[in-house]
Amino acid sequence: MSEETRTQQEKSPPLGDIGGMKRFAALIKTLDSTNKTNAKVAALAHYFKEAPDRDKVWTIAILSHRRPPRPVNTTFLREWASELANIPLWLFEESYHIVGDLAETITLVIPNATEPSEKTLTQYLEEMIWLKKRSDEEKKEYLIENWKILSYYERFVFTKLITGGFRIGVSQKLMTRALSKATGIEEDVLAYKLMGNWDPATVSFHDLVIEKDESQKHSRPYPFYLAYAVEGEPSELGDVSNYLAEHKWDGIRSQTIIRNDDIFIWSRGEELVTDKYPELHILKDHIPNGTVIDGELLPFPNGQIGSFNELQTRIGRKTVSKKMLETTPVIVKAYDILEWEGKDVREYAFAKRRALLQSLYRNMSYNNLPFYISATMEFNNWNDMATERGRSREMRSEGLMIKHKESSYGVGRKKGDWWKWKVDPLTIDAVLTYAMRGHGRRSNLFTDYTFGLWNDDRTELITFAKAYSGLTDKEFKQVDAWIKKNTLERFGPVRSVTPHHVFEIAFEGIALSKRHKSGIATRFPRILRWRQDKKMEEANSLSDLKAMIPK
Amino acid sequence: MKTPLLQFTEKGIYCAAADVYLDPWRPVDKALITHGHSDHSRWGHKQYITQNDNVPIIKHRLGDIQVSGVRFRESILINGVKFSFHPAGHIVGSSQIRVEHKGEIWVFTGDYKTENDGISTPYETVKCHTFITECTFGLPAFKWTTQAEVMNNINTWWAENKALGQTSVLFGYSLGKAQRLLKHLDTSIGKIYTHGAIEKMTEIVRQIVDLPPTELITRDTKKEDIKGNIVLAPPSTHGSTWLRKMSPFVTGSASGWMAFRGARRRRAIDKGFVLSDHCDWPALLESIEATGAEKVICTHGYTDIFSKYLRTLGYDARTEATQYEGETLDPTPTLPEGENNNSKEKSLEV
Repeated sequence: MSEETRTQQEKSPPLGDIGGMKRFAALIKTLDSTNKTNAKVAALAHYFKEAPDRDKVWTIAILSHRRPPRPVNTTFLREWASELANIPLWLFEESYHIVGDLAETITLVIPNATEPSEKTLTQYLEEMIWLKKRSDEEKKEYLIENWKILSYYERFVFTKLITGGFRIGVSQKLMTRALSKATGIEEDVLAYKLMGNWDPATVSFHDLVIEKDESQKHSRPYPFYLAYAVEGEPSELGDVSNYLAEHKWDGIRSQTIIRNDDIFIWSRGEELVTDKYPELHILKDHIPNGTVIDGELLPFPNGQIGSFNELQTRIGRKTVSKKMLETTPVIVKAYDILEWEGKDVREYAFAKRRALLQSLYRNMSYNNLPFYISATMEFNNWNDMATERGRSREMRSEGLMIKHKESSYGVGRKKGDWWKWKVDPLTIDAVLTYAMRGHGRRSNLFTDYTFGLWNDDRTELITFAKAYSGLTDKEFKQVDAWIKKNTLERFGPVRSVTPHHVFEIAFEGIALSKRHKSGIATRFPRILRWRQDKKMEEANSLSDLKAMIPK
Repeated sequence: MKTPLLQFTEKGIYCAAADVYLDPWRPVDKALITHGHSDHSRWGHKQYITQNDNVPIIKHRLGDIQVSGVRFRESILINGVKFSFHPAGHIVGSSQIRVEHKGEIWVFTGDYKTENDGISTPYETVKCHTFITECTFGLPAFKWTTQAEVMNNINTWWAENKALGQTSVLFGYSLGKAQRLLKHLDTSIGKIYTHGAIEKMTEIVRQIVDLPPTELITRDTKKEDIKGNIVLAPPSTHGSTWLRKMSPFVTGSASGWMAFRGARRRRAIDKGFVLSDHCDWPALLESIEATGAEKVICTHGYTDIFSKYLRTLGYDARTEATQYEGETLDPTPTLPEGENNNSKEKSLEV
């Protein structure tokens, strides 16, 4: 070793003492370098033991989807990155379509830097919050300066934080497990602590994770209990008289919490959505404190259950307009009661909890409230239940829920006493017309497909749905290879392909829609199978699809 | 209009003046072969001509064929057309083919890389008027780090795995990548085991270059002997029962495609090492410029994008359809019968 290199090595800090961003980038690199869950947990746990407290809080926030809002719009990011990389914008865009991830593309095209950054993760995130309010020139200057100096993984992490959506194959559950390993605090306790609203910019690691602070507790939901799908015949579940059935409503599963004269509404994705449904806030005046209700949020236009499509227009909006509140009001359709008079009643038998729910409903002071009960039904035999299931589409439900009368309200998904018996999906045979490359692990592979149905005189295929799932990896590879050889035209990332292959598309619901070219919206379309036995002339028409809309 | 010196036909790249083909994909009488990968040296030609180092390689791969070898830079005249083979630096025995006729010079690269990998004869710039180039990694997203750095990472990875009592399984093509990795593995860490396909090819390559000793994994190889050592295996063994004997093991893959996180995750490989036997973006642009060519023809890779960019730089660049695959990301699966193929873009995109 030459004298010069030796001095250089001595200058760099020893590995155990590396700075914040460098450490975080090293963590991401380690997580990226293994496909094994245990190794990921070990790397994260190690990080949670060694990193500075402020960085730990931000790491928890990032891995539980609590990032600061995106400070720079992506159009600028693309322009500035291609400028720094000295390539035309179209070439950047082509590269992006192939790489399949914006932050990764930016990281790849920018010339490599050698200097690792000395700033901490917290500093970077604070700068991003600060950056949001700056002028475009200042933003550009800030980005270019940092892109130039950060090494590959730091640049990737930095850009990923800016573009948002930090999905790197680490779930919140995995992160909680690692945190539990590092702190010795039980996983369930941690999961509960990390729920609800907390601000990574202000909360300390101690207050968030260590402190037994119960002041925020009143907003916290219980873990949701989930059902397994009935496989085979429901009669295999035994004596029908042991069960209560009810419709499985097609909305957003939720918990409504009334505590301390306040109301909190949680979605199943553990997202606090209280502000999105102002019409439900009135419930806190009519439901006593110390009550938690499990129910479905449903659109209720004109006093009737609407389609999920109508609810979809409200999801994702930050502010709900007055008009929307009038046209698409939302109600709670209650399934269950988890807390009553401040007491956790999840251990009560389902029949007993339902009786409590009924009495609550009866005693509510006036009846024009956005609160309904999902009716339970008892059947004399399984055939009668099957008949009721057959009415599901008419009832605007997804099928039936079958719950054992003696069942308690459990945690997560357990096999045993709650079953869902969904209606079979609707299906239609459609022709593959367009394809786009996928993202993430499907990058560089054509896996996102658009399907068309015949018009009335069967001369033209009309786009009706997009689907991304349902084929095996092997089938995806085959279709991908076929698409590459049968491209007709390219429109940026999208290719039109020779109409040829027929796929059976399944979907859960169907409704008229102004937003779709075909005039029809389907719910959760996916590929059921590749109909290699069918010619494209045998595919269905748009009028076949229209005939499926419930009258 | 006069016939171009080289034409792209259904059978391959054809020189009408000499009546020979370069790397043809359908059986022909006389084939000039750049290198031993199966998409460039196919079975069924009556006569093969290639550079000397490549002779034992294609003999091993194709069996009983009629092949004659020539030296690098040695000129052979066929019907008044002058052909010569020049180092392409892609794998051991790989060449570019220079074609000269009536003062006009074309060069066909086959596959190539400009970095000296310490095992293939290093790439040499050949001046020409028309340059037929691959562009497997012809996107600005591909920029390689040096081989020394990548090999250092691989050796560090191996040593770390060994310290944890795990075997390192490293995937690479049987011809080319496997020997390149082998050449630069640090034998002070442990022993190098091989899969049969790699061992056989390596035996052939040993006739041309010095390589560290390897041990073939057979039915009699003991599990405890392998532990902590490194295993070189073809990518196709990933996920197979053959790997059971190596456990506990971690997997690594050395390929240019490992530059993409998605590509690695899709394959469920633990560690990706970005190491390619093809040019990266800057190397493609630099080598094209160095040839002094005005016309550039892109044969395989991101051909449309790359030739479009070359045109913005002032080259007369276009794409021609071939059946070369470059470094494939996934083995291309065969399609069910009765596929139509009426696209203008018939070239295999990888």
